Formats: sequence, C-alpha cells, structure tokens
Amino acid sequence: MKPPPFAYHAPRSVEEALTLLAALDGAKVLAGGQSLVPLLNMRLAEPAALIDIGRIPGLDVLEVADGHVRIGAGVTHERLRRDDAVAAVQPLLRRALDLVAHPVIRNRGTTVGSVVHADPAAEMPAVVALLGGTLEVASVRGRRSIEAADLVRGPLESDVAPDELALELRVPVAAPGTGSAFVELSRRHGDYALAGVATEVAVDGGRIVGARATFIGVGTGTAVLDLSPAVAGRDAADLDVVDVAAAVAGFVEPQDDVHADAAYRRHLAGVLAGRAVRAAAADALARAGAGVR
Amino acid sequence: MTTRMLGAPVLRTEDPRLLRGEGRYLDDLGQGAYEVAIVRSPHAHARVLDIDVTGALDVDGVVAVYTYEDLPPRLRERLPVLIPHPALTAARTQHVLAAGEVNHVGEAVAMVVARDRYLAEDAANRIHVAYEPLPAVVGHERAASGQLLVHDDIPGNLAATLTQEIGDAPGRIAAAPNRLTFRLDIDRSASTPMETRGVHARWDADDQRLRVHSSTQTPTSVRAVVASYLELPLAQVECVAPDIGGGFGVKIVHPWPEELLVPWAARLLGHEVKFTEDRREHFISANHERGQVQFIDVGFDDDGRILGLDVRLLHDHGAYIPYGLIVPIITSTQLLGPYRITDYRVRFDSLYTNTVPVSPYRGAGRPQGCFAMERTMDRIARHLGLDRTLVRERNLIRPDEMPYDFGLTFQDGRPYAYDSGDFPASLAKLRELADWDGFPARRAAAEAAGRLLGIGMAAYVEGTGVGPYEGGHVQVETTGKVKVATGLSTQGQGHRTAFAQVVADALGVPFEDVEVVTGDTRRFAYAVGTFASRAAVMSGNAIHLAALKVREKALRIASEALEVDVEDLELVDGHVRVVGSPATSIPLGVLATMSNPLRYAFDASARIATQFASPGTTDRPPVAAGESPGLEGTDFYSPLRSTFANGMHAVEVEVDPETSDVRILRYSVVHDCGTLINPMIVEGQIMGGVAQGVGGALYEEMAYDEHGQLLNASFMDFLMPYASEVPAVAVDHLETPSPLNPLGIKGAGEAGVIPGSAALASAIEDAVGVGIDAMPLSPSRLHALRVAADHR
Amino acid sequence: MDRTTPAPEALHDVELTVNGQVRRARVPARRLLSDLLRHDLELTGTHVGCEHGVCGACTVLLDGMPVRSCLTLAVSVSGRAVTTVEGLAAEDGTLHPVQRAFQEHHGLQCGFCTPGFIMTACAFLAEEPAPDAATIRDAMSGNLCRCTGYAGILAAVAGAAEELAGTGVDPRERHRPEGAA
Repeated sequence: MKPPPFAYHAPRSVEEALTLLAALDGAKVLAGGQSLVPLLNMRLAEPAALIDIGRIPGLDVLEVADGHVRIGAGVTHERLRRDDAVAAVQPLLRRALDLVAHPVIRNRGTTVGSVVHADPAAEMPAVVALLGGTLEVASVRGRRSIEAADLVRGPLESDVAPDELALELRVPVAAPGTGSAFVELSRRHGDYALAGVATEVAVDGGRIVGARATFIGVGTGTAVLDLSPAVAGRDAADLDVVDVAAAVAGFVEPQDDVHADAAYRRHLAGVLAGRAVRAAAADALARAGAGVR
Repeated sequence: MTTRMLGAPVLRTEDPRLLRGEGRYLDDLGQGAYEVAIVRSPHAHARVLDIDVTGALDVDGVVAVYTYEDLPPRLRERLPVLIPHPALTAARTQHVLAAGEVNHVGEAVAMVVARDRYLAEDAANRIHVAYEPLPAVVGHERAASGQLLVHDDIPGNLAATLTQEIGDAPGRIAAAPNRLTFRLDIDRSASTPMETRGVHARWDADDQRLRVHSSTQTPTSVRAVVASYLELPLAQVECVAPDIGGGFGVKIVHPWPEELLVPWAARLLGHEVKFTEDRREHFISANHERGQVQFIDVGFDDDGRILGLDVRLLHDHGAYIPYGLIVPIITSTQLLGPYRITDYRVRFDSLYTNTVPVSPYRGAGRPQGCFAMERTMDRIARHLGLDRTLVRERNLIRPDEMPYDFGLTFQDGRPYAYDSGDFPASLAKLRELADWDGFPARRAAAEAAGRLLGIGMAAYVEGTGVGPYEGGHVQVETTGKVKVATGLSTQGQGHRTAFAQVVADALGVPFEDVEVVTGDTRRFAYAVGTFASRAAVMSGNAIHLAALKVREKALRIASEALEVDVEDLELVDGHVRVVGSPATSIPLGVLATMSNPLRYAFDASARIATQFASPGTTDRPPVAAGESPGLEGTDFYSPLRSTFANGMHAVEVEVDPETSDVRILRYSVVHDCGTLINPMIVEGQIMGGVAQGVGGALYEEMAYDEHGQLLNASFMDFLMPYASEVPAVAVDHLETPSPLNPLGIKGAGEAGVIPGSAALASAIEDAVGVGIDAMPLSPSRLHALRVAADHR
Repeated sequence: MDRTTPAPEALHDVELTVNGQVRRARVPARRLLSDLLRHDLELTGTHVGCEHGVCGACTVLLDGMPVRSCLTLAVSVSGRAVTTVEGLAAEDGTLHPVQRAFQEHHGLQCGFCTPGFIMTACAFLAEEPAPDAATIRDAMSGNLCRCTGYAGILAAVAGAAEELAGTGVDPRERHRPEGAA
C-alpha cells in the first residue's frame, strides 16, 4: 500500500496551477489529500501528476459576506467547523461537519475538496446541494460559477472539469424562519453513514411552510426531496408523529452492500428523515425565539 | 522486607520504552534491508497458466523476482501440516509460491525483492500472471454439497470428520419430555492485530549463521521450520521475536510463505531482506476464524435440566488446513461450558472452501461453542417459561464434583477434565454485579419512555495452559541482577512484568532487579509458543521452578560460606541472611561470584572466586561432581493436562425500536483464572477480550461474495470497534486456584472474548422478542429479523 | 499491464522541523510522511497500522495539530514542524505526563497503536484541558486499539488531564521535569 509514482508540482499562484492543469494530462489536484491519498496508497488512483494547491496564497478565505459563507479551497473541515461566525449564520455546516470522519481527518481534509470529490456517502456534497450556493472554478479558459444543483453529476463525478481548479465555495446563510438538521446513522463513530439526511425546514407563525431534504448513502445523489407536501401546515412544535417515510421511500434508490441491505436503508432513510424534520423544526423555532434573523 | 509481588498490580516494565517510541517492532528493524512485495492471486480459484516477470525486471531498484520455478526442491514442497490428527485424512497445505493453482484470493504467486517497498510494489504490478479462473467454493453449504471441489482430489471438500460421544445422547433426547432442534450460524472474523505480519532475515556470511526476526508467537518453531526448509543445521539458525504489535492467534501459524522466502532470499542475495505485510494483504493472506454452522438437538426435563445434547458442526477451514483440527475440536469440547452434561454427541465436518485459511483467533472455537450452549440454555428457558439464570443454575457442575472428567478428549490429546471452579458462586456474583433482579424494573421504566431494553448472559469454561511444556532460565549475575529467559514470545501480555513478579517472590529479590527476555532462541531454545492462554501457566510455572533451583543453590552456597544450616537462612532483598540475625548476610551477587570458580580476576568483585583468594578445600574439585558453575537454574513445566478457567458475562442493551441500532448500556464480567499474578494485567486482558467479543457480535465479519472476493478488506469496511463502540466493563474476580500447577494459575488471555456473541444475542433477543440465531448482528439484519417476525 | 520502462523518479528536497530539530531528506514525491519519518529519518516510534487513514497509529502533530502521517505526502508539508512520540519524553527519558498516565492506567498492551493515541491525546488535552468522560471517549474514538478495550486508554487521558490541570504546560511540548533548567 504505497502510492504509485507521479510528477509533483506545487504552484505558487492560481495562474501557475491553471497553466499546469491545462498542460498536464492525467493531473489531479491535491488539497487535503484525505480522500486522494488512501486511493493512491491502494493504487486505485494513478494520476500522472499531482498539483498541490497547499502553497497557493489566498485560497484560505473563510468569511461571511454578502449573505454567503465564503469557503476557500484551502479551508479544512475542522477550521470551518470551528468558526463561530459561520455557525451563527449557517448552523447546518457545523452540524454536518461534526459527523465528517474523525477530527484528525478533518484537520487535513478540505470542504471544497470533499464537495468536488462527490462521494455519495459524504455529508458535505449533500449539504451544499440542500443549501444551494455556487462553486467558483477557474481554468485557463476562464472562470465560471457552478450552481449547487449542477455540481455533482454522479458518484465520484463532479461538474469540475479536469483542467479546472475549484477556488471557492459560496453557501448562502440560513434564511430567517428556517431551521436545519443533519441526522445520520453510522456503524461506528466517524464511519460513512448507512444513511443520512440533511434537512432544512421553513417555519412561519409556528407552522411549517416548507421542508426539503437531501440524503447520503441511499442512491439519490444530491437530488433534493421536497417534503413540504408531507409536513406543510403542521405545528412546528408538535411533530411527534411525522410521516415522511412514504415520501422518502418513493424517492431513495438504495442498494445492498456489506453494511446494510437496500430494504433497511430505505426504511432507515424514512426514519432519519422524520427525525431530521423534527430537529430542524425545533431549530427553526429556537432560532426564531432567539431572535436570529 | 521484600513485599510479596505475586498478586500485586505492579506497573509494567515494558511500558516506558514503548511509550517513548523506543519499541523495536519488526518493520523498525533492518532499515537498510531490501524489501519484499508479493504478487497475490486476484482469483479465489484458478489455474496459473503463465507468469511473465519481464516488466518487473525493468523497474529501477528491483533486485530479484522469484516464482515457484525458481525455488530449490525443498522449498517447492508444501508447507507442513502443523498438527496432524488421525481423523485428518485429507490434509492439504499451500506452497510458498503457487505451483500451478491458487485457491484463495491473496494466495502468494510471486515475490519481488527491491530496494524499497514502493519499488517492490511497482514491480509487482508489472508482473503479468495468466490465470484460468475456476468456479469458487464459498460457504458451508456449497462446500458440504461437494458439487464443486476446492482440490480436485479431495471429494466432498472434506478434510476430516470427527465424532466424540459420551453416554447415549440420541436415546436420551428421544426419551426426553422436551426437545428442541435448531441451527446457529457464526460468521468469520479475524485477529487483525494492529501490527501486521512481518519477517526480516540476515545471513551472516562470516559466521555462516542466519538470523530471522519474525513477528511470531512461536520463534522456536519458526527457527526449526526455517532450518528444515532451508536445509541448514539448527545450530546455524536463530530466531528472535522482537516487540510484537499484537497477535491474538494469527501469528501462531507458521511458517507463513514469507517466513521461508525471506530467509531464503537473504541468504541467496547476501543482503538483509524484510517483508512487512500491509493491511490489505493481512485481510486476504493472514488467517481468519470463527465461521461455523451448528445444528443443535437437545432433550431436557421440565425443570430445564439437559438430558441429552447432540451437536453437528460444519466447520469452514478455508483453502488449506495447516493448523489441523484444533478449532473444531475446541468447539466440540468447550461447548459444554460449566454444565453437567452426561449424554453428549458431537460430530464435525471440516470443509475446504476457496477462502483464506482458518486457524485459531483468540477464543479459538470457544465463542462458537459458547454461542451454541448458551443459545440452547436461553431456548430451554423460553420453552419452559423459566428465568434464564435459573435454567443455567440447575445445570451447573457443583464445586464438590471437581475435578470433573467428561470422558472426552481435549485439543491437547488429553482428558477433558475440569480441575477447579465454583460455578454457582460465579453465577451468584454475576447476578449481583449486573443487578439481574433489578432489571425488570429498569425495563419497565424504559418501556414507559418508549425505549426497548434487554438483558442477557453467557457462561464459559476455558481450557488454558495446554502443554506440552515451557521452560525458564534464571541467572543471578555477579552484580546481583537477575536475568530470566523463556522461549515463548510476547504480544503485549506484559509477560516481562508478570514473570519478574514470579521471580522476585521466589528469589526474594527486588522486582526492579529482574529482567525478563522472551522469544529469543539465542537465550532459550526450547519452547512451544504463546497461544491457548498458556504463557502465564506454562512459562510462569517453569520460571518459578527455575527460580526455586537458583534459590536452593544460593542457600547451599551461603550455608557453606556462613557455616549455617540452610534451614536457618532466608532470602530477603537480594541477600541470603541468617534468620533472626539480619546483619549476617551475603548479597546474591557475591554468591553468584562464589558459584563460579575463577582463574582470572577480570574485575575487583571477581577476586574472591580466584584460585589463590581463599584457602578452601583441596579434597574435591573446584566444581564438584553434579555441580555446575554459575548461580543459575533451568527448569521446565509440563502439565499432565490443561487447567480450566471460567467466567460469566451479563450485558444490558438498548435497541432503537425504529432503526434497530443496538447500544450497550452495561457490561458485567465475573472471571476466575485462579491465582492472579498481576490483577491490573488480568483486567486489561479481560477488557481487551470484551472489546473483541463486542466486535465479533455486532461489527466484524468477513464479507465474501459468491466468487470468493472479500468485499470488506480494509479498516474502512471491516468494522473493528473504536472506543465509541466499546462499553465500560465492570469486573469481579473469583479466585479458585488450580490444583494442577505450583502457582495455582489458570490462563486469562482469551477469556474476555468468548461469551460476547452469546451474551449479546441473549440480550438483544430479550429486548426485541425475536429469536437470534446468527451473529454478528448488524442493524440491517436485526431489522430484517423483526420485519420477518411481524409478517409471520 | 505496463510494459514501458518506467522513467526514473524525480527527487524532492524535504525539510522538516522534527521534534525541534531541522531534518532534511531527498525523496520522491510519493514518499508518505509516515515512511519519511520511519525510514528516512529512522524515527520508528510512529507506527503504520493501515495506510488508509482509519487506524490512527501513525498520528503525528503537524504544526501542533494531529494528522495522519500515512495520508500526508512528505513533500507537501516541507517547511513545517512535526512532533512525533519521540518528541515528548524529557531529554533524560523521563516520561511526559501523558505517557506516564498511560503506564499508570494500563493504557497499553502491545504498544503498537500507543504512539498514535499519545499524540492524539496530547493535542486533545492542549485544547480541552478539563474534559469530561464523554468528551474523552469521543476524542479518542478515531484511533483503533486491538488489545486494551480502550478502558485503560480513556482512564489514562482522564488521569493526564488531572495531572496537567493548572500547570500551564502545553502537552504538545517536550516534557521538562521539575527542577530541570
């Protein structure tokens, strides 16, 4: 379990990185490496070259501006998770990041890298798909923004082209009256979840006016399920019985694997979605009560 | 006054080095060594048609590439059948490198030696092997059907079938007022020590000697097998087990192909060579265990007393059977646990499959046996509507029945007879520790809050300290320091501390002055190995006996020097002194000097032993007949039969009614391993065992698909528990010393793991009210069982 | 299968401050930090248990933060500071308080996973000087141990926290016994 040989470049500017990406066939971007290096060690990935973006200044931006959380390509999961200003305006990020692997992995792994890696079992692509926002990417051909909805094309396949570098993720802050939750069940602490649900619920006058969810581990990619038909109009404080299971069961497309069979995952997704909606509704009420705008 | 060390929770002498990062594990050795990568079969079953190594030879830094064709004749022979048995009529072992056929994914096919492991892997990836895939035999049923064969010439895939029988089980069952028949399944798991396998070898051309370091549980036998296959005199081979990062059974198997290939290549190339297995290789080429299908037929009376028990086992031993029938034999016998069962029949078939071979993993067949017996107890209780502890109580062997001989043959070929234990007392302690009687109230309170709780228990008896023997050497150096050696090796059990405690007591020397070496054939050449919870029993007692010899000699020399009767002398704080007159004493170091008559005074302290130093007697030789120089002693301990430890676990669980996720709320252990040398170390062994038991019950399995591919060959997917999955454990000890050995010790190494699956199945079944017949149990499987029960 | 002759591999100069000392090595880009420490610098206290980032045995501190050295390319962290288990005990070998706690609470058996736990614990205690039992369990749940069942490890971290409380000692730094200059 040793990486195969590859050429290594550590550009000092975005422009230099883009030039390299354009010039080199089979090059991959190395950010935190927490997904890439295991693949290298197992020789499941054999890139001709790695372009290490760790020495490019300016990729470490992390701030709340213009109604968005700006997350630079160099920002680690752990730095984002710990940022109180971010957690105040978009608490779902911290809630999901609490569940991403272990702290030691989060110390190196980057959120942008995770989103671009597009692992269907990973939390952050699902969160971004739910919250919306954009990923700013660049290549020698120019810059563009990829909308959250278009970001993930399939398992381990994002819309970022091989010659493009993801520079920054922009996630909108939570709208007034909304609450969110991330609920998952994993076998062991820190494992990829058997199933997980990111939910955002909108509440107005104590009643639910909207609910949306994205899932991990159940074959839905980053598609968003609108749960509003199942819960709209309900008293947000009285959700002891929430029946979203039917809606979820018709939405998810889980498969059997060594950890769980498809029937269980379908059932679990429904259970977790119900819990997530309850938690998000409670969050919305709490935030409203706390005067969060 | 020297305080008694035996029984004291002494801090481990091993620890400071290991904590500072100064341990020397296998891969820490030989920094300049060539490194090995092995080309392994990607197929579970295939013929090897051609191996093209030319691509590998182009890699800069590659030193050599070897296939079967390159091996000398002796190395082309199959690996030995380590433990032959008359019933093992169709034993098949592997070649060090595949000879035309592979029988499991991961089987070694070719070997690359290169400047480092990176380059060796590069080259291994450039070796092209042409395979003709054959259908794979996976799973007990497919193996037993015999429709497809693992080995063409072994019909029915059957290596052995063995029956043991006492009384008339079928007759008693047929006549019993109650009868139950059912099937139980246990899936595979594996030792998975944190350090993988590894071997390093250096051929010293000047001395014409081969030094092999191996991460092995049996360095003496590795030495012997290397000498045999490399056709070297034993005297030219030495084997050392360095610090070992855990074994749990998998490292008792030997020789691994690499254990022969690496020394062979080192000698051939005249250069140090090292193999460090990586984690993926460990999953697919180091042995597994546990996989067994068990059919139970039991007859019992209306009080729940077992009248007859008939058990049939299908044992999947994988592609080869180097370790013989040990695992199913242990299940067959140890299944009986603490219960008085007079009419018993057990039959097993040991079957070939195209999977990684099986050999003991901590517990070694006992977790399966315990699962069978304890599930049986629970079923009887359910059938009769009795409390589960009551049914067990009624079947327990009473202390006044000890020693209790079942009339069966154990894994050491000797009688299966319990030497000691007070099972009713253990059960009473467990009920108290687990607050068994308070559980209904806890359950009711939880139920009111919509929570599902369950409680379960399991009991086991563990044969420990199997023979044939271990030895110890104890030497007092002239500095007064005591050097101790025993041949078996250490994988974290704290042997150096525990054995130093034994010696400190026997010799009356400060614990700090005793240094113990294990697993080095240069220091002690006769040994068997570390397995079957035997090290403390076997080497502990051997070292104790050796230390007593030294004690006797020290007293004899001192008696002459002081002209005092031996009976009037005592050994205290490293001195022999006159009882009641502590000022009159001789340090042990001086006695060591005196014990070795000298011509040369190599240092000041040596002068007293030189020929003109003291008048002495001239009417007998300086070393008298029957004497030997030096204050040292060697002795061996060879028991008549095994000694049996025992214990009981209770576990309380909460099951999420919606997700079927299981959480352990409370775990209680009562344990009896006789005299405790070091209670801290014993508790550590129990805690570690419990964690492995929990892993085996809820998390770990070897997920083979029908083609023989192992789908979860990584720590991502083989779910060894983290701290987050392991419960806090309450432990209570019962000490019923073994009458079989001088120290009264029974083994403690494996105990903790044995009842895990049985106790957890019992508790989960109690929580959800659905029968649990197969382990491990994931939330997904439990959910499926509950759904199926709802639909019935 | 690749039948072309592989090109010779480019080497890179890596400079790290390891346990306070500047260390240099010339290695291929693919050299893992774990291998550089163990085999190029011969600091074999850092162990490798899985090489896919799950077991945590190889955990070291990178600029004071715990990372998996098996998931880190050495070349990518050139110029930075690394602390390994060899960097904790005092120069005279006196155990660091966290190391001592592991001995006192029987937090190790075979010792193979131990350096990873120690480094994780040191970083954790630097941040959470007064953790409760649940926080400790959570923080130690990214490392695998096959021997201890974790009981001793968790007790050791709790014990070390008590030992360090109020001392102002940064547990990520080399131990200085009292009285030492």
